[in-house]
Amino acid sequence: MTLSIRKTLVAVAAVAGLAFAASPALAAGAAHKLKDGGFSFDGPFGTFDQGQLQRGYKVYREVCAACHSMNLLHFRDLGIKGGPFYDEHAANPAENRFVRAIAAEFQIADIDNETGETMQRPGIAADKFPSPYPNATAGAAANGGANPPDLSVMAKARHGGADYIYSLLTGYDAPPSYLTMTSTQHYNAYMAGDLTPFVPTGAHVPPGGFIAMPNPLASDGLVTYDDGTAATKDQMAKDVSAFIAWASEPHGVQRKQAGLGVLIFLALFAGLTYLSYRRIWAGVAH
Amino acid sequence: MSEHESTYVPRTGIEKWLDTRLPIVRFGADYMSLPTPRNLNYWYTFGAILMVCLVIQIITGIVLAMHYTPNTGLAFASVERIMRDVNGGWLIRYVHANGASMFFVAVYVHMLRGLYYGSYKAPREMIWILGCVIFFLMIATAFLGYVLPWGQMSYWGAEVITNLIGAIPVIGEPVLIWLRGGPAIDNATLNRFFSLHYLLPFVIFGVVVLHLWALHTAGQNNPVGILIPKDRTAKDTLPFHPYYTVKDGFALLVFMMMFALFVFFMPNALGHADNYIPANPLQTPAHIVPEWYMLPFYAILRAIPDKFGGVVAMFGAIGVLFILPWLDTSRVRSMRYRPTMKIFFLVFVVVGLGLGWCGGQLPDAPVIGHFKTFTLIDGDLNSYLWLTRFLTAYYFAFFFIIMPLVGLKETPLPIPATISDPVLTGAPVVSQAVPAQAEKKG
Repeated sequence: MTLSIRKTLVAVAAVAGLAFAASPALAAGAAHKLKDGGFSFDGPFGTFDQGQLQRGYKVYREVCAACHSMNLLHFRDLGIKGGPFYDEHAANPAENRFVRAIAAEFQIADIDNETGETMQRPGIAADKFPSPYPNATAGAAANGGANPPDLSVMAKARHGGADYIYSLLTGYDAPPSYLTMTSTQHYNAYMAGDLTPFVPTGAHVPPGGFIAMPNPLASDGLVTYDDGTAATKDQMAKDVSAFIAWASEPHGVQRKQAGLGVLIFLALFAGLTYLSYRRIWAGVAH
Repeated sequence: MSEHESTYVPRTGIEKWLDTRLPIVRFGADYMSLPTPRNLNYWYTFGAILMVCLVIQIITGIVLAMHYTPNTGLAFASVERIMRDVNGGWLIRYVHANGASMFFVAVYVHMLRGLYYGSYKAPREMIWILGCVIFFLMIATAFLGYVLPWGQMSYWGAEVITNLIGAIPVIGEPVLIWLRGGPAIDNATLNRFFSLHYLLPFVIFGVVVLHLWALHTAGQNNPVGILIPKDRTAKDTLPFHPYYTVKDGFALLVFMMMFALFVFFMPNALGHADNYIPANPLQTPAHIVPEWYMLPFYAILRAIPDKFGGVVAMFGAIGVLFILPWLDTSRVRSMRYRPTMKIFFLVFVVVGLGLGWCGGQLPDAPVIGHFKTFTLIDGDLNSYLWLTRFLTAYYFAFFFIIMPLVGLKETPLPIPATISDPVLTGAPVVSQAVPAQAEKKG
């Protein structure tokens, strides 16, 4: 019997191995090893640092939001448990005083209920994050033909998640002098791409690719953090990466915590079932 | 086993009343007391695991359908709304998405178990064929479901796979337009894919019922692979409950732990990051790859230089399974007693995994190192293209050449006369191959 269990475990391990083998296979094309942001939410027990999420929101709001939408987020999301502005004294996220104050900073386009005229009103917790452009075409027109991508699920939409975003934001290295570039392109060591056609034959092909976005965090102190943290380029990149990781999956920490309970329950249940199995099969030759 | 006599005795008045009108309790009771070979090992628990997988997919799917919107403009956001705003929605969606992968893990183990122990051979051909039907329906359902979130891989996967239909001569183009509901993948396609994705699991459920009916008519196979004579039923079998409910139950819980590991700690590890980018018909992703469980067949598709030839090979790779019972010429069921075939089988498993690996690579990329060797016909020999072709050749050779030939040529090991006490009857068998010894410790 022990033999059979071992066989099954081997099978399970093999299957899991196959699964793991499948994912790097799909990642073909990634050039540069990503920088490790050392995030508090890494690993099975990691949680978000609320201070970092608040700082990250500020970087998004004051830097990224000039061009990038986050149209899957509502102001109320900022106040959910585990969110940047969660307040345990608030009855629900919509009653959260920080959320209400943040929402009220914005003017939201709406229709006047009395007259049917278009109007602007202060934002409320239920409103979505406003987009920087009225529509995708306007976004494309203002950015050389391509609308800057929405950042709502960006950490899930790129291999490496928060580490990728952090690497990209700090990856605007000086390009090699022999790299052929146009004025609208910027070199980034972590951007997907193949620069072989843009270097002279025989020259070393640098990692990464071209990106249309100029370095958004080119200098220190672009934002003033409310908690006194020094707003270095590296700090801002880390903080906004953490915020986008949270926004990409607001229930991610809850998921990991639930998983721990589920695994403990299943392990106990499996143990008891195994003992029942031994008891029932005792004395049965097989 | 087929003439398993009913041992159910209705006790209460309601049971007696019901038993003469609709003997559904008797049906269930007889099902649970079914005589089952006593030497089934853990590879045989995957049938029960698959049943649970199907039920999990149907239940989570029904709940997801309550919140999902099959419209090209709304689908992506509606899935994200499930993740963010629906109570427990993240759990239901991750269970459903990873559940598809778990379903395929279990079905591949289940199929390889059937292949190894000769479960497809007479009198069990119908069990096997119905199983192949289920497998084919599973692939179709999984493909349709992957399109629904309307991410980049959803859209471009649908584009690539439906285009295969267009490769069929003469009727291909009109059939393609009919299937898509228009000249391109669009809202009409998404709507019908959603409808069919909801329908097919219930068709699968129906075929599963037939699969079990055939199983209980022909009787279960076992690792020794011999039929249990009628006069030995009492000695060689055990009632399904409690012996196999508890054994299947334990295996299921171990399987569930692996399932939970993916759902709670790496829910997106088996998916592609590009599917979190909303579908954009104007922007082709750098690499279009199917989900991992389709990769071996995707590799076979790409191995053939001709498009229609590739489609034929890909469907042929699944189709050959249907005629498997008639390709195997061996009189011995279990490969435990077929030392030569066992080696070919193990190579086949490695080839299957290898094809899966190749399916995820760029065809022109070198397999070993970063050097080129020489060009063979249309590609470098040191490339995934050629590795895939060699593996594909073995895949088909296994069924069409190795299976018929080895069955005729090889000398099988002596087979025990019964499954429960081969030693007492004096059958000279290799000790390792006898379950009575190997498993006695439990």
